[in-house]
Amino acid sequence: MAEAHPVGFQWVMEAKRRGAKVFHVDPRFTRTSAVADAYLPIRAGTDIALLGGVVNYILANELDFREYVLAYTNAATIVSDDFVDAEDADGLFSGFDPATNSYVQDSWQYAGHERDSGSGRTAAERETAAGMHHESHGAPVAGQVDRDETLQHPRCVYQILKRHFARYTPEMVERVCGLPQERFLELARAWTENSGRERTGCLIYSVGWTQHTVGVQYIRTGAIIQLLLGNIGRPGGGVLALRGHASIQGSTDIPTLFNLLPGYLPMPHHARHPTFEAWVSHIRHPGQKGFWGNARAYATSLLKAYWGDAATPENDFCYGYLPRLTGDHGTYRQVLDMIDGKIRGYFLLGQNPAVGSAHGRAQRLGMANLDWLVVRDLFMIESATFWQRGPEVATGEIVPEQCRTEVFFLPAASHVEKEGTFTQTQRLLQWREKAVDPPADARSELWFFYHLGRKLREKLADSPLPRDRALLDLTWDYPTHGRYAEPDAEAVLREINGYDTATGRPLSAFTEARADGTTAVGCWIYTGVYADGVNQAARRRPGPEQDWVAAEWGWAWPANRRMLYNRASADPQGRPWSERKRYVWWDAESARWTGHDVPDFEVTKPPSYRPPAGATGPAGLAGDDPFVMQADGKGWLYAPSGVLDGPLPTHYEPAESPMRNPLYAQQANPTRKMYAHPVNPTNPSPPQEHSQVFPYVFTVSRLTEHHTAGGMSRTVAPLAELQPEMFVEVSPELAAVAGLNHLGWAHLVSARAVIEAKVLVTDRLVPLRVDGRVIHQLWLPYHFGFEGLVTGDSANDLFGITLDPNVLIQESKIGTCDVRPGRRPTGAALRDLVEDYRARAGIVPGTVPPAVTPGVRVEPGGPGGDGEGNG
Amino acid sequence: MTGDPDGRHATPPALAPVGDPAAEAGWVDAPPRMGFFTDTSVCIGCKACEVACKEWNGVPSAGLDLLGMSYDNTGALTANSWRHVAFVEQPRPAAAGSPAPAPTAGLGTAGSSSTAAGSTEFLGMPAAGPPGRTGSADGRSDFRWLMMSDVCKHCTQAGCLDVCPTGALFRTEFGTVVVQEDICNGCGYCVSACPYGVIDRRAGDGRAWKCTLCYDRIGAGLTPACAQACPTESIQYGPLDELRERAAARVATLHERGMPEARLYGHDPDDGVGGDGAFFLLLDEPEVYGLPPDPQVTTRDLPKMWRRAGLAALAMTAAAAAAFLGGKR
Repeated sequence: MAEAHPVGFQWVMEAKRRGAKVFHVDPRFTRTSAVADAYLPIRAGTDIALLGGVVNYILANELDFREYVLAYTNAATIVSDDFVDAEDADGLFSGFDPATNSYVQDSWQYAGHERDSGSGRTAAERETAAGMHHESHGAPVAGQVDRDETLQHPRCVYQILKRHFARYTPEMVERVCGLPQERFLELARAWTENSGRERTGCLIYSVGWTQHTVGVQYIRTGAIIQLLLGNIGRPGGGVLALRGHASIQGSTDIPTLFNLLPGYLPMPHHARHPTFEAWVSHIRHPGQKGFWGNARAYATSLLKAYWGDAATPENDFCYGYLPRLTGDHGTYRQVLDMIDGKIRGYFLLGQNPAVGSAHGRAQRLGMANLDWLVVRDLFMIESATFWQRGPEVATGEIVPEQCRTEVFFLPAASHVEKEGTFTQTQRLLQWREKAVDPPADARSELWFFYHLGRKLREKLADSPLPRDRALLDLTWDYPTHGRYAEPDAEAVLREINGYDTATGRPLSAFTEARADGTTAVGCWIYTGVYADGVNQAARRRPGPEQDWVAAEWGWAWPANRRMLYNRASADPQGRPWSERKRYVWWDAESARWTGHDVPDFEVTKPPSYRPPAGATGPAGLAGDDPFVMQADGKGWLYAPSGVLDGPLPTHYEPAESPMRNPLYAQQANPTRKMYAHPVNPTNPSPPQEHSQVFPYVFTVSRLTEHHTAGGMSRTVAPLAELQPEMFVEVSPELAAVAGLNHLGWAHLVSARAVIEAKVLVTDRLVPLRVDGRVIHQLWLPYHFGFEGLVTGDSANDLFGITLDPNVLIQESKIGTCDVRPGRRPTGAALRDLVEDYRARAGIVPGTVPPAVTPGVRVEPGGPGGDGEGNG
Repeated sequence: MTGDPDGRHATPPALAPVGDPAAEAGWVDAPPRMGFFTDTSVCIGCKACEVACKEWNGVPSAGLDLLGMSYDNTGALTANSWRHVAFVEQPRPAAAGSPAPAPTAGLGTAGSSSTAAGSTEFLGMPAAGPPGRTGSADGRSDFRWLMMSDVCKHCTQAGCLDVCPTGALFRTEFGTVVVQEDICNGCGYCVSACPYGVIDRRAGDGRAWKCTLCYDRIGAGLTPACAQACPTESIQYGPLDELRERAAARVATLHERGMPEARLYGHDPDDGVGGDGAFFLLLDEPEVYGLPPDPQVTTRDLPKMWRRAGLAALAMTAAAAAAFLGGKR
């Protein structure tokens, strides 16, 4: 965190100053380790084993916050008889369909709900990363569930969880992670001792945690610990993601993703959502409990914001204009499709995939096979000049004179040269003023899209074609100002907030959204940010002038609520768990929920409320069900659906690993998304043959001195000079084994690429003894490329493309490689070297490793295991 | 002279008296003396201070060189680097029974590692168990990575100031020492006069440059750029009296928390430069960070030398006079 988020890290240092103890778990000793009280080196890719060890420590010693767990989680819920745990098989859960390498989830459901809830079509969901729909709400559960309040029933979630993690002992943590068990126990003790009625602990991760084939399950394991310890919905608790750039939270709320529309409404699928009715029903799940039941109002209001007067109840509010998904359109599928000539044009906005994305060579070959490419960036980046100066030009794979892609480079304004909002990890929107005018032709994104749309509409104005109506009917009437007709960013914020279509009055809360077309809302979860016609995100009332929750600094979605599920900060009867952790509570006199924050609960629903039989929507949740966006109102220790690769996290090895999985016969995540393509070979891992060809583990991350793919730092002298060359960090032991010298050259080889780097020999990396053998790990910064003041080979070129099945995020923190002293070859000899490694590793082009490890037994999926399910 | 017999704590009154250097320099009603307290125990090595300094002061690039000195690619305080973050990798001790240390020269980690040059049974491990397993001082977990943002010390008795023949270097009303670039003639006397090796002449320019403690900013009531940018308050700016109190309290806290190695550097008005305007909390000996353990103002002996020279001249004159007088006799 000190490396990648030094500004945020000041609060960790502040906590340390006040006596907090800082643990740092990392494959390499970083600037964070330097100021931590305890540094725990770990084998990269074994976080579930480590965190699973913490779960086991909590359950084996009964250290969970029992009243919280019993009342607010699904610990007591009884799971179907059909469920078979991965522990009782070879590492696969019940319901696995070998034909699609995905699960049918019927057997994972709560008892009695095997056929009427959950999603059976996980293969199809994987194609569209449908798990992301659950970012703002849980998956559906119907009706009432069976519970055992004593937690003794062998099929209650608590007992299943206990059995599942029973083997994740301190000894196993040491064996899998290479972490001495005494050190592990120190960590587990500190975490649990700092949680409970009087204390809370917060789990903060950075996006490197997501970049694994089991990334979602990493975070699930963290969430399970936090739920067991009562650290969710209470002040000082939570699970927070530190994003890699400003406003990454904002770019999922109002998404730059292929599968989502604003406010986590799913992008419609051509076959599954043929009508507006089918689409809305898919979102709201009629008959379900919880707050997602009003989806029709959000969906209708979004279409009204897009198409204004043209959107009417008669034409389903122009639902037909919305683009449709046909399958996987994720960034990596697209790159492979570019290579195969299926995609003609591409916009790149503030992104540098030639350096920043996994498998840089595939990225560059794809972009070299387009008709046109538009690049908007602050500087001339590698993704704009790959056709002229990229490594593939040197190897003869791209010939500049013949490269068919026409590249348009458009200079962009930086964040200080335009106004708008950033949304950070707490869902807090903060308005930015423009500090200076952008230089020369540089323009804001808002300017670019507004005028692009304006010009397209002008060109199509006389078009009689029905297909052009979607563009021509758009509301595209933003006021502009200044010499270059810059659109008014506050007008856009007002549209995002939503308004009454008759009066233009800005809405104050998303509860005002209507399904009849009388409201237009650009992003329903942001409604209230422009309440009363005031830019609430621009509020900057100083801390000393308000209470510690600081509700008048910026604006947080939803409803300016600073903490989600804060009903959990009070006990089931509505009283604060402790004075010290008082936050939101039930005021019996005024019969309302009250407190320091906006209660995340129906304010007049008493703690004693019990839903009548058959109640649906919010009324279906009891007065002590704090997780109001979950269909059963409970925090899910066990996820009967919504997560495609298992109801419980399970340690699998990374897609490329030199180790056999010490816990299960199944080696890697069986549902991981793989692409069989000649450009995308995968290094073999045990028990496949020839894994020793790539004997070392490499991991990549950031240096404080540079920013992501380097476009904003390698181009700036005061930053470039601080880390002026690409390097690889190795332990003294590995340097001796591989014959590397400090400040000498080395080259690293994977089945995709060979890159070179200067060697830094440092004690900050340690070989780990894991399961009876020594694992050497190397570390590389991923900032370098061939443009800018300082240049170097790109670490991301080493990676292949293998994705997490839930969210289609690439495994770009771990791979295997070989390392050799000296510089890499150039020209054709470079390709020959990689080809030689591929041949020695026995890699057949265009194939993928087996999803299910040979010899692993596949459990039948119970009565619903028909491969398609009933979702 | 009031110094002790060996001259260690000499305080040459003629050139730079102890006390309020601004007043001594002739400022009337000077504001309190301002300075930096750099607490290295909370430094995270982000180098924001280096970048902020360059941006605000328009300091040119110091070169694009990978130095291999841990994460330090700045190397030293120079005319083109007025803040310098040092990174010190303190190795784990070589494990018992391991072969000779690896040749990792250049890292500053002599004796840092165990390798098996020539051994065929090398397993890459310094000991039988995982690192840190033994819980002894031999474990790799004892590795430390020290970071420290160095800067001009703005000495109470500033050698650079004493020797400047043009008056380009002057004592500000805040008690800091600043070069006026429009007056400096590039003679370079100050370079050899600095006991810390801070002030430096810029190649191609010839003039001497160093930290001004952001004279332009503090005069306008602002915090110097480096301290403003520091995310962890490792660099603290303020009246020197307050900073010294704060620093003493911080050292006491660290001692209480089991860090007896915490100590102050440059805070003592009785040291060889009369105390620094920019002082530090260190976690090891000053030499580890590349700082002189006992800095002395280089002009310390000048009065004595001049007196002796004067005495010698007097004696010579007297002798010469005596010779003439004697001759007459």
